[in-house]
Amino acid sequence: MKKIFKSIMTLTVAVAMVSCGGSATNGGREAQELSGAGATFPLPFYNVVFENFAQVNGDAVAYGGIGSGGGVRNLRDKIVDFAGSDAFLTDKEMTEMPPVVHVPTCMGAVVVAYNLDGVEDLKLTGEVVADIFAGEIKMWNDERLVALNPDVTLPAEAIIPVFRSDGSGTTFVFTDYLTKVSPMWKDKFGAGKSVNFPSGQAAKGNPGVAGVIKQTRNTIGYVGSEYAFAQKIPYATIRNQRGEFVAPDANSISAAASGAIPADTRCSITNSDAVGAYPISTFTWMIIYKEQNYSDRSKEQAAATLDLLKYILSDEAQSITSEVHYAPLPAKVKELSTANLKAVTYDGVAILQ
Amino acid sequence: MNDKLYRIILFVAALAMPIVCGGVVYALVTDAYDAFEHFGFLNFITSSEWSYTEGAEQYGALPFITGTLMTTMLALLFCIPFSLPVALFVGEYFKGTKIASVLSTVTDLLAGIPSIIYGLWGFYTLRPIIMALNISPQGSGVLTASLVLAIMIVPYAASLSAEFIKMVPNDLKEGAYSLGATRAEVVRKVIFPVAGSGIFSSYVLAIGRALGETMTVTMLIGNTNNIPDSITSTGNSMASIIANQFGEADDLRLSSLIAIGLILFLITALINMVGKIMIKHARIA
Repeated sequence: MKKIFKSIMTLTVAVAMVSCGGSATNGGREAQELSGAGATFPLPFYNVVFENFAQVNGDAVAYGGIGSGGGVRNLRDKIVDFAGSDAFLTDKEMTEMPPVVHVPTCMGAVVVAYNLDGVEDLKLTGEVVADIFAGEIKMWNDERLVALNPDVTLPAEAIIPVFRSDGSGTTFVFTDYLTKVSPMWKDKFGAGKSVNFPSGQAAKGNPGVAGVIKQTRNTIGYVGSEYAFAQKIPYATIRNQRGEFVAPDANSISAAASGAIPADTRCSITNSDAVGAYPISTFTWMIIYKEQNYSDRSKEQAAATLDLLKYILSDEAQSITSEVHYAPLPAKVKELSTANLKAVTYDGVAILQ
Repeated sequence: MNDKLYRIILFVAALAMPIVCGGVVYALVTDAYDAFEHFGFLNFITSSEWSYTEGAEQYGALPFITGTLMTTMLALLFCIPFSLPVALFVGEYFKGTKIASVLSTVTDLLAGIPSIIYGLWGFYTLRPIIMALNISPQGSGVLTASLVLAIMIVPYAASLSAEFIKMVPNDLKEGAYSLGATRAEVVRKVIFPVAGSGIFSSYVLAIGRALGETMTVTMLIGNTNNIPDSITSTGNSMASIIANQFGEADDLRLSSLIAIGLILFLITALINMVGKIMIKHARIA
């Protein structure tokens, strides 16, 4: 109440979007209002984390799930404190804006969900998934599917692939994986947030794709793991580079990041060669500017931004990941990110000591 | 003094709308310019390629123009057998009775249902029926979208048609009856010719409504970027491609989507204009 009253009284402060009232746990600086925008994929995780962060640190965070592309655009326009993105910036995108820091916040995967009467366990390989979505494997009782699933009776029905109609990080991760495992896919379709799938039908968002799969027999589609886990849709186990058939879960997804990760964490971890790794796994990132003094941001706001990222990397926040159907970051990635955050500056001076 | 003030307030209020409309057109044209310049206007509306491949991006609006026209025309076709009887019921056969007012109220209520509700109904109820009837394996498609669209535009077509049917002068009808015409003959030979252009214009306005419908179509059309090869196959309409891809689009794709928006705006404006002109014409006659 006092907070609201005071901000009405001091109009200038309100205009600067800095609300009043201090909190003890953030080193005595004034509570800030942070804003970010971007990927919808980590939204359920962020909602919980931002709420906890507000309680612990007193800083409020507003996040708009407008899609990774939109988030990066907002960061480029310098109207947000951070962008959320399922895809790291390409080298070309990096040259178009001031230096940025990528911070992985949690891990997820893309699962291959299906709707087949009486089939509860489906094994697939990357090549087969690529051929299904390329329209080259057309029937559920195709000999290659039968060979992979000798114990399952597959119906003599046409396969209906379901894909995303909107541009999406989920599509990017899925097609990035297919590009790595199938030369045919790489030549014909490639990886991207939108890809020209040749057959089947499309739906908007993870809920759209999951809804179509749930409602339509003989469909197969790709869905973000956080959504598939929460909705308990049947999904296939996928053969990884080591020849293991792995189901996506918190352990197998985290395992995908146990290989070599570059210092700036900008890397794709699909088709990981680690033991027990689910091959269609991914990081999701928050992206901030390395130099935090832009668009008249105060030093306190910059400090709050870093506090938020530090909090997300903490064990406390990472332990929430599996509760909301994501996977935690491995220790090594957290170390890398903490080191990267130390390079973030305000007017050229490092913010974290 | 007061008079002057009123005049100023009215003038400003009246001026605001044309300015907003002009602003919308201006924004659409400037943002769509890139796409038209890059592909050429004619090429843009006749190309059926919608390809994201970086470096070789190719965006053409033909699949979506086709999708929009197909869903709209089919919806119109499906809507006639429901809306015309309602209009005759309310405007002629049971004119002024309680049952007619109940029926027209119920029909008008259909117009108040949010389009997402129609979409959900189509998705969870109509789509499984289409699949069960073996009309199409995936259930979604132009046909499913058109059927739901048809229900959505019934109130627009029916209530306006009924008004025009009511307006047919009694003298004319009585004259026909006195010559021994049956009721069906009166409807065909007197009411339709007299109220014809009014009824036609009410359907034109219903088309205007169907053209821009976004949510329902997006949920039901299947969202594939190809020209539908039959009425049961999947496609995309102009409104649904914009709804689907606006979030992640930038540069040339964003411009192309806005260009599609501009074309949709023009088509809708044109159709509404035709409708308005026909109504005016009907009133004078």
